[in-house]
Amino acid sequence: MTVAVDLADLLAIALFIYGLHELNSPATARRGNRFAMAGMAIALVSILVRTEAVGWPLVLIGVTIGAVVGIVAALRVKMTAMPQMVALYNGAGGGAAALISTVEHSVTYGGAMNDVLAVSLVLSAIIGSVSFAGSIIAFLKLQEVMTGRPITYPGQQFVNAVVLLGIVALAVWFVATLGALPAWGYVALLLGALLLGVLFVLPIGGADMPVVISLLNSFTGVAVAITGFEIDSTLLIICGALVGASGTILTVAMSRAMNRPLTNVLFGAFGATGGMEVASASGAPQQIRTAGADDVALMLAYASKAIFVPGYGMAVAQAQHSVKALADQLEKRGVKVLYAIHPVAGRMPGHMNVLLAEANVPYNQLLDMDDANLEFPTADVALVIGANDVTNPAARNVPSSPIYGMPILDVDKAANVVVLKRSMRSGFAGIENPLYEMPNSSMLFGDAKASVDALTAAVKAL
Amino acid sequence: MIDLSHFIELLTVLLLAIFVGFEVISKVPTTLHTPLMSATNAIHGIVLAGAIVITAALVGVGVSSTVLTVLAIAAVTLGAINVFGGFAVTERMLQMFKRKESGK
Repeated sequence: MTVAVDLADLLAIALFIYGLHELNSPATARRGNRFAMAGMAIALVSILVRTEAVGWPLVLIGVTIGAVVGIVAALRVKMTAMPQMVALYNGAGGGAAALISTVEHSVTYGGAMNDVLAVSLVLSAIIGSVSFAGSIIAFLKLQEVMTGRPITYPGQQFVNAVVLLGIVALAVWFVATLGALPAWGYVALLLGALLLGVLFVLPIGGADMPVVISLLNSFTGVAVAITGFEIDSTLLIICGALVGASGTILTVAMSRAMNRPLTNVLFGAFGATGGMEVASASGAPQQIRTAGADDVALMLAYASKAIFVPGYGMAVAQAQHSVKALADQLEKRGVKVLYAIHPVAGRMPGHMNVLLAEANVPYNQLLDMDDANLEFPTADVALVIGANDVTNPAARNVPSSPIYGMPILDVDKAANVVVLKRSMRSGFAGIENPLYEMPNSSMLFGDAKASVDALTAAVKAL
Repeated sequence: MIDLSHFIELLTVLLLAIFVGFEVISKVPTTLHTPLMSATNAIHGIVLAGAIVITAALVGVGVSSTVLTVLAIAAVTLGAINVFGGFAVTERMLQMFKRKESGK
């Protein structure tokens, strides 16, 4: 029987890895998800056999609640709210890891504890709690229950360092006594880790969320992998490692796309750079040109290639369906329409792609930054829909700009640039965008959805 | 419980899994990064297996503590939310990704 369950675990692992591999193309991704589902089903049956289903009534209660909550949430969530959803899932995984450690600690208390168990137990408790509390704060910010602006106060780094040192001290005590520290010590450890999770996400602003969500994702993976050491399960170790690797890759990709070194992200100069400084407004009002919907519609309708550049503004205005309607009108007139997507557009990696896919935009029209930048020089119109900093040419040619060096979409290289924007307020980073003053660019003010709808109507009327 | 050579075996598995993870995940295109995250949410739902083990251990040693029982059920619930919610939302997203019909 043990051989059978071991082989079942092996099969599950193969299915997980192959499933993730199939995510390498939108054409095979769904199949990949199914493979991973099958792997999970096998793994769960195997674990029930292994534990001889001891305590099954408790498991049944938990699984029933979890399945109902999980599936209802998954079916109801709006695509614009995916970042919040993923934040909660990260938190759930981290929370589960911390709870497992806590129960394990009480069960083996004083008895079969050894140093490997003590170290893995305390690490997964800490990382799981940080991930849980940090994810809750990220959720509250994304859901706009609390302000998306960075929350900073004097001595923030110092406070964080003190909390971290306190946690390390308690963890050392825990391992040195093989978990036989007073109950208050363990509770203080958990509370400290929860506090650290809160403190670490507080100073991070809304537009930096793609980095935070990815990082919390990798934390949860790490916590799960360590839980694998705790309960001696290669299955958990491997799954945790896969998720940790995924979260890390995304974190690195996101911080690179924001031109912030990962160390800067991890060790928190975030609060300082994160948009509190409504910086360096040069004083003089920008010389801009405004355009009406009719002018822009004319420009688009007679273009041979138009590139749409969606940003978080499109998501906020729920304008993805309107954008697709405009694209349909233009394509009917023979205009080639493409979409240029910056890695950090939106509030999580790949957010814009999902929103556009929801609006039935074919995925082969969605270009990533490198491909898009090859297309701009031959485009007649670049239509910027609620994106700002990721189109700012200052990142390319103004060394004094705070975003200098950040990779951007070269919309300014298109023959004409039209920027749909609610107002002249600067973007998240609080930096003026010289794009708006360039001779080939014009502004169309208003809510993104209303503006796009107006454009569609105007194109139709031509 | 865990002797040193077994511990090193587990470390070996961890190391290999990290390398495999980086190899496999780095081939996922940016277009699919959001479904990738929700799929990994489902995969770290394997923590549910850990929660089941710990629940069995708790019941097995006959500890009758309401607090611990509630914590164990909570761990199972959170893991199950990950598994079911993660896979369901990934499936929902992936079915929206369509290639352009070869009309022209």
